[in-house]
Amino acid sequence: MLRYALKRLVSLIVSLAVASLVIFFVIEVAPGDPAQFMLGMNAQPDTVAALRAELGLDVPKWERYLNWVGGMLTGDFGTSYTYRTPVADMVADRLWVSLPLAIYALTISTLIAFPAGIYAAARRGRAGDVAVMGATQLGVAIPNFWFAMMLVLVFAINLRWFSAGGFAGWDKGLWAGLHSLTLPAIALALPQAAILARVMRSSLLDILGEDFMRTARAKGLSRRQALWRHGVRNALIPVLTIIGLQFAFLMAGAIIIEQVFYLPGLGRLIFQSISARDLIVVESVVMLLVFAVIVVNFLVDLAYAAVDPRLRSRT
Amino acid sequence: MRRNLWLGAALSSLVVLAALVSFVWTPFDHAAMNIPEKLQTPNAVHWLGTDHFGRDIFSMIMVGARTSIAVALVAVGIGMALGVPLGLAAAARKGSWLDELIMRGNDLIFAFPSLVIAILITAVFGAGAVNAIIAIGIFNIPVFARITRGAALSLWEREFILAARVAGKSAARISAEHILPNVANLLIVQGTIQFSLGILAEAALSYVGLGAQPPTPSWGRMLADAQTLVSLAPHLALVPGVAIILTVLGLNLLGDGLRDYLDPRLRVART
Repeated sequence: MLRYALKRLVSLIVSLAVASLVIFFVIEVAPGDPAQFMLGMNAQPDTVAALRAELGLDVPKWERYLNWVGGMLTGDFGTSYTYRTPVADMVADRLWVSLPLAIYALTISTLIAFPAGIYAAARRGRAGDVAVMGATQLGVAIPNFWFAMMLVLVFAINLRWFSAGGFAGWDKGLWAGLHSLTLPAIALALPQAAILARVMRSSLLDILGEDFMRTARAKGLSRRQALWRHGVRNALIPVLTIIGLQFAFLMAGAIIIEQVFYLPGLGRLIFQSISARDLIVVESVVMLLVFAVIVVNFLVDLAYAAVDPRLRSRT
Repeated sequence: MRRNLWLGAALSSLVVLAALVSFVWTPFDHAAMNIPEKLQTPNAVHWLGTDHFGRDIFSMIMVGARTSIAVALVAVGIGMALGVPLGLAAAARKGSWLDELIMRGNDLIFAFPSLVIAILITAVFGAGAVNAIIAIGIFNIPVFARITRGAALSLWEREFILAARVAGKSAARISAEHILPNVANLLIVQGTIQFSLGILAEAALSYVGLGAQPPTPSWGRMLADAQTLVSLAPHLALVPGVAIILTVLGLNLLGDGLRDYLDPRLRVART
């Protein structure tokens, strides 16, 4: 297990290094000089040069890359070109919206998908199964931001149960914060729940065909007991992988959903930074998102290997 | 399960038909503003109503279908054109440094959700339909590479491939002449699914302003325009949304149906 973990750790570090290189050099080819952009077209050349020095833009590319990566490792993401504040602070503020939103959505998605998938598998081929499968077909076809707009229309504008947008802030209490994240989380969770329910169902169906399920019935367990004690528990393994993958999509999906609800999360930060050509912020936030995806996948792989020893020998 | 296939095929061809017809005919000029007739609900003249500029929504939906289909189709093309050869090469040289390089490269792209790729490209080159295509296309590459490699690997174990090797054919020729035709069905099915995902991704990118720019009509941008007016004129948001859902649903049903139809073994296993 330790050997496997170390191997995966090495590949994790390589992935992160390559990803950071890609992001840095893609942003580097962007036309325009940030210092020139900040000071405007009429700035004096020596003022521009001074600002370039201050922002650390006057050193060779590879040195700036090392500075950027080294900075991130120590929690220094650089200084925003437009706001002149540390990017780390800006990101930290926004993370407190985006991360809880993703976790909230993941929770909702799991709470819907597990019962739906188990129910469908237990009633395979019958009306209940067909209904759940039909619903998931629809669920994956609905764009989450459109669903979000419909939720706003029904629950914010017509019923007035929630506000149509904005974020109350955690300082108003946990409940106020969660309340303003509820509609966005539901919108984000819906397509993921549909996918997860399908995975849960097919994974459980695979398990139900195993010999040990027949043995469980033969030793006198009822269908229901066998399903829960031996079926669901074993079926959870592949489902966990999908949940890990979904976390990445939820972080990315949150970027869009934040636009619908005017939430001050990472998504809005990215779009504001793109229009302000504040590329250092774009660079760091993108790296953070990719970091999250890679690390979550790494953790899922480890969890998977811990549960299923057969996987350790592979790769 | 033939029902799925036909329903999916019908829905998909309806959308393609609407896009094709829009080249020669739309009820109104999709870009013509007509302020006195703004924000009409669906009626006999404007079948799906008008937007805040008095533009005919039915015409905009028809022309918007062109954008959605073009972006998603080209993105699938990019993914296949690059992903399939990579997958074939990786399978032909299984376990070699080439295989390792291709698979690790795939993992790397997988770490960048398509939206993040789009954000990077847009931050550098600006927003536009072409950049949306590239972003979704790049995201498609590892999908096709993986599925091709996986299917090709099991084919390499089969007797008819062994026979081809004994006959002295090179790995590249075997891949092109024997492996590729045998994974084609799988690629068609996956292509349909990626096509539907592409439609969704295009809509999302246009919605946040990273996709097609005005005056190119796009379903995602129609939704973005509708957002501030949703309480006043819900049909502005409803219509493009339903268009997206029906298209994606149609393509998914078509993909499922094709899979069952092309692989008879699944038909037995599923019932």
